[in-house]
Amino acid sequence: MPEPLDLEYDIVADDYQTAGEASSNLKETLKMLGISSPICRRAAIITYEAEMNLVIHGGGGRIIANIDEDKIEIKTIDQGPGIPDVALAIQEGYTTAGDQAREMGFGAGMGLPNIKRNADIFEITTEVGKGTTLRTVINFTSE
Amino acid sequence: MTLEDIANLVNAEILCGGEKLAALDVPRAYACDLMSDVLALCSPGALLITGLTNIQIVRTAQMLDIQSVLFVRGKTPPQDTISLASKSEISLLVTKISMFQACGILYKEGVKPCLLADMEE
Repeated sequence: MPEPLDLEYDIVADDYQTAGEASSNLKETLKMLGISSPICRRAAIITYEAEMNLVIHGGGGRIIANIDEDKIEIKTIDQGPGIPDVALAIQEGYTTAGDQAREMGFGAGMGLPNIKRNADIFEITTEVGKGTTLRTVINFTSE
Repeated sequence: MTLEDIANLVNAEILCGGEKLAALDVPRAYACDLMSDVLALCSPGALLITGLTNIQIVRTAQMLDIQSVLFVRGKTPPQDTISLASKSEISLLVTKISMFQACGILYKEGVKPCLLADMEE
Protein backbone atom coordinates (compact mmCIF):
# COMPACT_ATOMS: atom_id res chain seq x y z
CA MET A 1 0.00 0.00 0.00
CA PRO A 2 1.35 3.44 -0.91
CA GLU A 3 2.12 6.30 1.45
CA PRO A 4 -0.53 9.07 1.41
CA LEU A 5 0.09 11.46 -1.48
CA ASP A 6 -1.74 14.58 -2.67
CA LEU A 7 -1.67 15.79 -6.27
CA GLU A 8 -3.15 18.99 -7.70
CA TYR A 9 -3.54 20.13 -11.29
CA ASP A 10 -4.80 23.40 -12.79
CA ILE A 11 -6.90 22.83 -15.91
CA VAL A 12 -7.28 25.48 -18.60
CA ALA A 13 -10.63 26.10 -20.33
CA ASP A 14 -11.02 25.18 -24.01
CA ASP A 15 -7.44 23.90 -24.31
CA TYR A 16 -7.96 20.68 -26.25
CA GLN A 17 -4.28 20.27 -26.99
CA THR A 18 -2.97 19.81 -23.45
CA ALA A 19 -6.23 18.38 -22.06
CA GLY A 20 -5.61 14.93 -20.65
CA GLU A 21 -2.07 15.64 -19.44
CA ALA A 22 -3.15 15.81 -15.81
CA SER A 23 -5.05 12.53 -16.06
CA SER A 24 -2.12 10.90 -17.78
CA ASN A 25 0.24 12.14 -15.06
CA LEU A 26 -2.08 10.89 -12.31
CA LYS A 27 -2.35 7.46 -13.92
CA GLU A 28 1.43 7.17 -14.28
CA THR A 29 1.84 8.15 -10.61
CA LEU A 30 -0.64 5.49 -9.50
CA LYS A 31 1.16 2.88 -11.61
CA MET A 32 4.50 3.87 -10.07
CA LEU A 33 2.97 3.49 -6.61
CA GLY A 34 2.20 -0.12 -7.48
CA ILE A 35 -1.58 0.25 -7.55
CA SER A 36 -3.29 -2.47 -9.61
CA SER A 37 -4.05 -1.89 -13.30
CA PRO A 38 -7.88 -2.11 -12.98
CA ILE A 39 -7.85 0.55 -10.23
CA CYS A 40 -5.42 2.70 -12.25
CA ARG A 41 -7.76 2.50 -15.28
CA ARG A 42 -10.84 3.39 -13.21
CA ALA A 43 -9.03 6.38 -11.70
CA ALA A 44 -7.79 7.40 -15.16
CA ILE A 45 -11.27 7.25 -16.71
CA ILE A 46 -12.77 9.29 -13.86
CA THR A 47 -10.01 11.91 -13.99
CA TYR A 48 -9.96 12.15 -17.77
CA GLU A 49 -13.73 12.54 -18.11
CA ALA A 50 -13.75 15.08 -15.26
CA GLU A 51 -10.78 16.92 -16.78
CA MET A 52 -12.58 17.12 -20.14
CA ASN A 53 -15.65 18.47 -18.33
CA LEU A 54 -13.49 21.24 -16.86
CA VAL A 55 -12.09 21.99 -20.33
CA ILE A 56 -15.44 21.84 -22.15
CA HIS A 57 -17.98 23.08 -19.60
CA GLY A 58 -16.36 24.36 -16.41
CA GLY A 59 -14.33 27.26 -17.73
CA GLY A 60 -11.26 25.46 -16.43
CA GLY A 61 -10.70 24.47 -12.83
CA ARG A 62 -8.69 22.33 -10.49
CA ILE A 63 -8.21 18.59 -10.01
CA ILE A 64 -7.24 17.42 -6.52
CA ALA A 65 -6.32 13.79 -5.94
CA ASN A 66 -5.67 12.38 -2.47
CA ILE A 67 -4.10 8.95 -2.59
CA ASP A 68 -4.43 7.10 0.67
CA GLU A 69 -3.48 3.64 1.90
CA ASP A 70 -6.78 2.10 0.93
CA LYS A 71 -8.46 4.56 -1.44
CA ILE A 72 -8.08 7.45 -3.85
CA GLU A 73 -10.28 10.53 -3.70
CA ILE A 74 -10.49 12.57 -6.92
CA LYS A 75 -12.12 15.99 -6.76
CA THR A 76 -12.68 18.57 -9.49
CA ILE A 77 -13.60 22.14 -8.65
CA ASP A 78 -14.70 24.81 -11.11
CA GLN A 79 -16.27 28.25 -11.01
CA GLY A 80 -18.19 27.59 -14.22
CA PRO A 81 -21.88 27.92 -15.06
CA GLY A 82 -23.04 25.06 -12.78
CA ILE A 83 -25.41 22.23 -13.72
CA PRO A 84 -29.11 23.22 -13.68
CA ASP A 85 -30.42 19.63 -13.62
CA VAL A 86 -27.95 17.06 -12.24
CA ALA A 87 -30.29 14.09 -12.78
CA LEU A 88 -30.55 15.01 -16.46
CA ALA A 89 -26.78 15.56 -16.76
CA ILE A 90 -26.14 12.06 -15.40
CA GLN A 91 -28.41 10.44 -18.01
CA GLU A 92 -26.50 8.58 -20.73
CA GLY A 93 -26.64 10.50 -23.99
CA TYR A 94 -27.53 13.92 -22.56
CA THR A 95 -25.01 16.57 -23.55
CA THR A 96 -24.62 20.32 -23.84
CA ALA A 97 -21.16 20.15 -25.44
CA GLY A 98 -20.49 22.47 -28.35
CA ASP A 99 -19.16 21.78 -31.83
CA GLN A 100 -15.47 22.02 -30.91
CA ALA A 101 -15.77 19.31 -28.25
CA ARG A 102 -17.79 17.12 -30.60
CA GLU A 103 -15.21 17.46 -33.35
CA MET A 104 -12.63 16.10 -30.90
CA GLY A 105 -14.79 13.04 -30.19
CA PHE A 106 -16.40 14.31 -26.97
CA GLY A 107 -19.94 15.39 -26.19
CA ALA A 108 -21.50 11.92 -26.43
CA GLY A 109 -23.30 12.43 -23.15
CA MET A 110 -21.33 9.65 -21.47
CA GLY A 111 -18.89 11.64 -19.32
CA LEU A 112 -20.71 11.78 -15.99
CA PRO A 113 -22.21 8.25 -16.43
CA ASN A 114 -18.67 6.94 -17.07
CA ILE A 115 -17.41 8.71 -13.94
CA LYS A 116 -20.27 7.36 -11.83
CA ARG A 117 -19.78 3.80 -13.13
CA ASN A 118 -16.13 3.78 -12.11
CA ALA A 119 -16.52 5.42 -8.69
CA ASP A 120 -17.46 3.83 -5.35
CA ILE A 121 -18.56 7.24 -4.10
CA PHE A 122 -19.91 9.86 -6.56
CA GLU A 123 -21.10 13.27 -5.33
CA ILE A 124 -21.87 16.47 -7.24
CA THR A 125 -22.34 19.81 -5.55
CA THR A 126 -23.40 22.49 -8.00
CA GLU A 127 -24.97 25.92 -8.11
CA VAL A 128 -26.02 27.67 -11.27
CA GLY A 129 -23.79 30.66 -11.91
CA LYS A 130 -21.35 29.65 -9.13
CA GLY A 131 -19.70 26.39 -10.19
CA THR A 132 -19.50 22.67 -9.65
CA THR A 133 -17.55 20.38 -7.34
CA LEU A 134 -17.35 16.70 -8.17
CA ARG A 135 -16.09 14.26 -5.53
CA THR A 136 -15.35 10.64 -6.28
CA VAL A 137 -13.70 7.87 -4.28
CA ILE A 138 -12.32 4.53 -5.42
CA ASN A 139 -11.62 1.96 -2.71
CA PHE A 140 -8.60 -0.16 -3.55
CA THR A 141 -10.44 -3.23 -2.36
CA SER A 142 -13.29 -2.76 -4.84
CA GLU A 143 -11.77 -4.36 -7.95
CA MET B 1 -3.89 -12.50 -33.76
CA THR B 2 -0.90 -10.17 -33.73
CA LEU B 3 -0.88 -6.51 -34.71
CA GLU B 4 1.29 -7.53 -37.66
CA ASP B 5 -1.47 -9.89 -38.87
CA ILE B 6 -3.97 -7.05 -38.53
CA ALA B 7 -1.72 -4.63 -40.44
CA ASN B 8 -1.42 -7.14 -43.27
CA LEU B 9 -5.16 -7.88 -43.36
CA VAL B 10 -6.14 -4.23 -43.81
CA ASN B 11 -3.00 -3.29 -45.76
CA ALA B 12 -2.05 -0.70 -43.16
CA GLU B 13 0.86 1.70 -43.12
CA ILE B 14 2.72 1.83 -39.77
CA LEU B 15 3.10 5.36 -38.40
CA CYS B 16 4.86 4.48 -35.14
CA GLY B 17 5.44 1.55 -32.80
CA GLY B 18 6.25 -0.80 -35.67
CA GLU B 19 8.94 -2.61 -33.68
CA LYS B 20 6.38 -4.48 -31.57
CA LEU B 21 3.94 -5.46 -34.34
CA ALA B 22 4.84 -9.14 -34.36
CA ALA B 23 4.88 -9.48 -30.58
CA LEU B 24 1.64 -7.65 -29.75
CA ASP B 25 -1.35 -9.94 -29.36
CA VAL B 26 -4.63 -8.17 -30.24
CA PRO B 27 -7.60 -10.41 -29.45
CA ARG B 28 -10.28 -7.71 -29.53
CA ALA B 29 -11.17 -4.47 -31.25
CA TYR B 30 -13.52 -1.55 -30.74
CA ALA B 31 -14.53 0.86 -33.52
CA CYS B 32 -15.84 4.29 -32.59
CA ASP B 33 -15.43 8.04 -33.03
CA LEU B 34 -16.91 8.89 -29.64
CA MET B 35 -14.22 8.89 -27.00
CA SER B 36 -16.58 8.52 -24.05
CA ASP B 37 -18.02 5.38 -25.66
CA VAL B 38 -14.48 4.08 -25.99
CA LEU B 39 -13.87 4.91 -22.30
CA ALA B 40 -17.07 3.06 -21.38
CA LEU B 41 -16.72 -0.04 -23.51
CA CYS B 42 -13.24 -0.65 -24.89
CA SER B 43 -11.21 -3.39 -23.21
CA PRO B 44 -7.56 -2.95 -22.22
CA GLY B 45 -5.26 -4.25 -24.93
CA ALA B 46 -7.90 -3.99 -27.66
CA LEU B 47 -7.29 -2.35 -31.04
CA LEU B 48 -9.07 1.00 -31.34
CA ILE B 49 -10.40 1.63 -34.86
CA THR B 50 -11.34 5.26 -35.46
CA GLY B 51 -11.73 8.00 -38.04
CA LEU B 52 -10.62 10.74 -35.64
CA THR B 53 -6.94 11.65 -35.61
CA ASN B 54 -6.55 14.34 -32.93
CA ILE B 55 -4.28 14.03 -29.89
CA GLN B 56 -7.17 13.07 -27.59
CA ILE B 57 -7.35 9.68 -29.34
CA VAL B 58 -3.93 8.90 -27.86
CA ARG B 59 -4.94 10.32 -24.46
CA THR B 60 -7.99 8.03 -24.46
CA ALA B 61 -5.78 5.07 -25.40
CA GLN B 62 -3.39 5.94 -22.54
CA MET B 63 -6.20 5.89 -19.98
CA LEU B 64 -7.37 2.42 -21.03
CA ASP B 65 -4.03 0.70 -21.68
CA ILE B 66 -4.91 0.47 -25.38
CA GLN B 67 -1.66 -0.29 -27.20
CA SER B 68 -2.74 0.03 -30.83
CA VAL B 69 -4.90 2.41 -32.89
CA LEU B 70 -5.97 1.96 -36.54
CA PHE B 71 -7.04 5.09 -38.44
CA VAL B 72 -9.41 4.43 -41.34
CA ARG B 73 -10.09 6.11 -44.70
CA GLY B 74 -6.44 6.98 -45.15
CA LYS B 75 -6.47 9.73 -42.53
CA THR B 76 -2.97 10.47 -41.32
CA PRO B 77 -2.93 12.07 -37.86
CA PRO B 78 -1.09 15.33 -37.09
CA GLN B 79 2.49 15.12 -35.84
CA ASP B 80 1.56 15.83 -32.20
CA THR B 81 -0.70 12.76 -32.20
CA ILE B 82 2.11 10.59 -33.59
CA SER B 83 4.67 12.07 -31.17
CA LEU B 84 2.54 11.42 -28.08
CA ALA B 85 1.73 7.88 -29.26
CA SER B 86 5.39 7.19 -29.89
CA LYS B 87 6.29 8.49 -26.41
CA SER B 88 3.50 6.40 -24.88
CA GLU B 89 4.52 3.24 -26.79
CA ILE B 90 1.20 3.08 -28.61
CA SER B 91 1.35 1.74 -32.16
CA LEU B 92 -0.44 3.80 -34.82
CA LEU B 93 -1.57 2.32 -38.13
CA VAL B 94 -3.48 3.85 -41.02
CA THR B 95 -5.50 2.02 -43.66
CA LYS B 96 -7.13 3.41 -46.79
CA ILE B 97 -10.29 1.32 -46.36
CA SER B 98 -13.43 2.45 -44.48
CA MET B 99 -14.27 1.69 -40.85
CA PHE B 100 -17.01 -0.73 -42.00
CA GLN B 101 -14.60 -2.59 -44.27
CA ALA B 102 -11.86 -2.74 -41.64
CA CYS B 103 -14.31 -4.07 -39.03
CA GLY B 104 -15.72 -6.62 -41.48
CA ILE B 105 -12.31 -7.99 -42.44
CA LEU B 106 -11.04 -8.22 -38.86
CA TYR B 107 -14.29 -9.71 -37.50
CA LYS B 108 -14.28 -12.35 -40.23
CA GLU B 109 -10.71 -13.25 -39.33
CA GLY B 110 -11.63 -13.82 -35.69
CA VAL B 111 -10.98 -10.54 -33.86
CA LYS B 112 -13.55 -10.39 -31.05
CA PRO B 113 -15.70 -7.39 -30.10
CA CYS B 114 -15.00 -5.86 -26.69
CA LEU B 115 -18.54 -5.74 -25.35
CA LEU B 116 -19.38 -9.30 -26.36
CA ALA B 117 -16.10 -10.58 -24.95
CA ASP B 118 -16.79 -8.84 -21.65
CA MET B 119 -20.31 -10.25 -21.48
CA GLU B 120 -19.04 -13.77 -22.05
CA GLU B 121 -16.69 -13.57 -19.08
